[in-house]
Amino acid sequence: MLIQVERLSKTYRSSVKEPGLAGTLRHFVRRRYKEVAAVRDVSFGIEPGEVVGFLGANGAGKTTTLKMLTGLIQPSGGSARVAGFEPFQRKRTFLSRITLVMGQKQQLIWDLPAIESLRINAAVYEIGDAESKKRIDELSTMLEIADKLKTPVRKLSLGERMKCELLAALLHHPDVLFLDEPTLGLDVNAQDTIRTFLRDYNQRYGATVLLTSHYMADITALCPRVILIHEGSLIYDGKLSGVLARFAPYREIEIQLRDAAAAGTLASYGEVQSADGRSVRLLVQREEVTRVVQRLFAEVALEDLSVKDPPIEQIIGKIFKQGQAGA
Amino acid sequence: MTAFWRKLKAFADAGFASWSEYRAELYLWALAGVIPIIMMGVWRQTATRHDIGMSPSELTRYFLAVFMVRQLTMVWLIWEFEQQVVTGTLSPQLLQPIHPFWRFLVWHLTERVARTPFALALLLFWLWVFPDAVWLPSLKDLGLTALGVAAAFLARFVIQCAVATIAFWSERASSIEQLWFTVYMALSGMIAPLEMFPPSVRSFAELTPFPYMVYFPARILLGMPVDLLKGFAVLGAWSLAGFVVFRLLWRRGLRHYSAMGA
Repeated sequence: MLIQVERLSKTYRSSVKEPGLAGTLRHFVRRRYKEVAAVRDVSFGIEPGEVVGFLGANGAGKTTTLKMLTGLIQPSGGSARVAGFEPFQRKRTFLSRITLVMGQKQQLIWDLPAIESLRINAAVYEIGDAESKKRIDELSTMLEIADKLKTPVRKLSLGERMKCELLAALLHHPDVLFLDEPTLGLDVNAQDTIRTFLRDYNQRYGATVLLTSHYMADITALCPRVILIHEGSLIYDGKLSGVLARFAPYREIEIQLRDAAAAGTLASYGEVQSADGRSVRLLVQREEVTRVVQRLFAEVALEDLSVKDPPIEQIIGKIFKQGQAGA
Repeated sequence: MTAFWRKLKAFADAGFASWSEYRAELYLWALAGVIPIIMMGVWRQTATRHDIGMSPSELTRYFLAVFMVRQLTMVWLIWEFEQQVVTGTLSPQLLQPIHPFWRFLVWHLTERVARTPFALALLLFWLWVFPDAVWLPSLKDLGLTALGVAAAFLARFVIQCAVATIAFWSERASSIEQLWFTVYMALSGMIAPLEMFPPSVRSFAELTPFPYMVYFPARILLGMPVDLLKGFAVLGAWSLAGFVVFRLLWRRGLRHYSAMGA
């Protein structure tokens, strides 16, 4: 395993303040604190070269976990090993093998062209001039950003800036990538470029990627495996397709009737989601689908029938909304 | 060039590029360091009316020397560091295989190089206004002043590094620096030459590092008698003490860092 996490936990101490002047005075004189468990007993392993989606609602503990895996913060309990290192020791060899990209934070120097930050990174990671030029050329071409490297960062669009951030974060060719919302706020084209880039980078360098994103398109395009975290606890670790089987134990049958009058007779086949004239959508338990389809063909006059999985974003959204930790 | 020096050079190149973008800010900072010039006006006026042991020309020279020493030894690390801790922008630097304080040190040095021509122009302006105060330091005094300024800067930088790490706990470490700066201003010789202090206050001041950070290098620049060995020893000792405290606080502070927002 390249990343091995065992019962990893992080608890923060956070001050509590009541509203109003009285609350402010009490807060000033005698401060009260509460313990907040951001991550609780999370365990998983990731093999070299895997691309894993790390999903959860806001505040679920995804970013805190990434911070612990990169060594930025110290775990309160449990253990983590990344590429054979204990992250919080932040050994130089370890830091040279990882990177963390945060969609809302930047490492580029705001007022200077990105190339200046790249020169710093090349020196910091001890990459020779010729090699760093080669890497910058290669990565900037993959990211379609080569003509923007000499423009001050503050004058770049959000998408261009994110591409430059990725370039700066990957210049040292890390083999473990922690990506926290790398496509946040980007337009569809920029999101697509970054997805394609990450897929190419993973294939070219065999890099291991742990990716968080609120865009399901990122996950479906890049991550065969996902880890779901809810209120600090891991609730699912497996194939993306398995999320459907586990959290959406039904499929959607969409039918086109020959006669709209038959729509009223379909409740015995499944849960009618919508009925619009001759077009009807039914929800049916997964194990019942074959039998129901056979019955429909035999008993109802149909023009067309298709069976679909509900959209993954709908399912995951539902999981986090309902907090199906025990599901 | 070794890998380490290449890193420092890369920081310096980016530092110079950055300061060239912020020219106006740099000049305003230099202008903001005019406390010695204000004090020069006050003391010069007093010396014109009363015998206070130093002539107006001597006082003008002293405060101009203090002005230059201040310009060359200013440290602003704590404001930048505190902001980076509070906003989490320190995180990318913590993930690089070099201590973040090297970058801060090099950026201070490049800022100093960028600021010096403007500070020198201000010095020449005041010497033009007060021609009676013109003096020409010997090469030896200039060399010793450079060493004194470097030692004073290092002590102030390292001590501020130690204070800055308190940001890991309180996130308002700059309040401590403000308190420190008040005492620094009072005891360093920035408001008055140490000769003007009551003997007991002067004795107390000399137990602190402050006079060695301003008064000591200013006197070297003026070619006045100083105990060089004691001055450099005190600055060296405070730098070492500051470094030890910094290392201790840094290691403990990182455990408190929550990488807020990042």
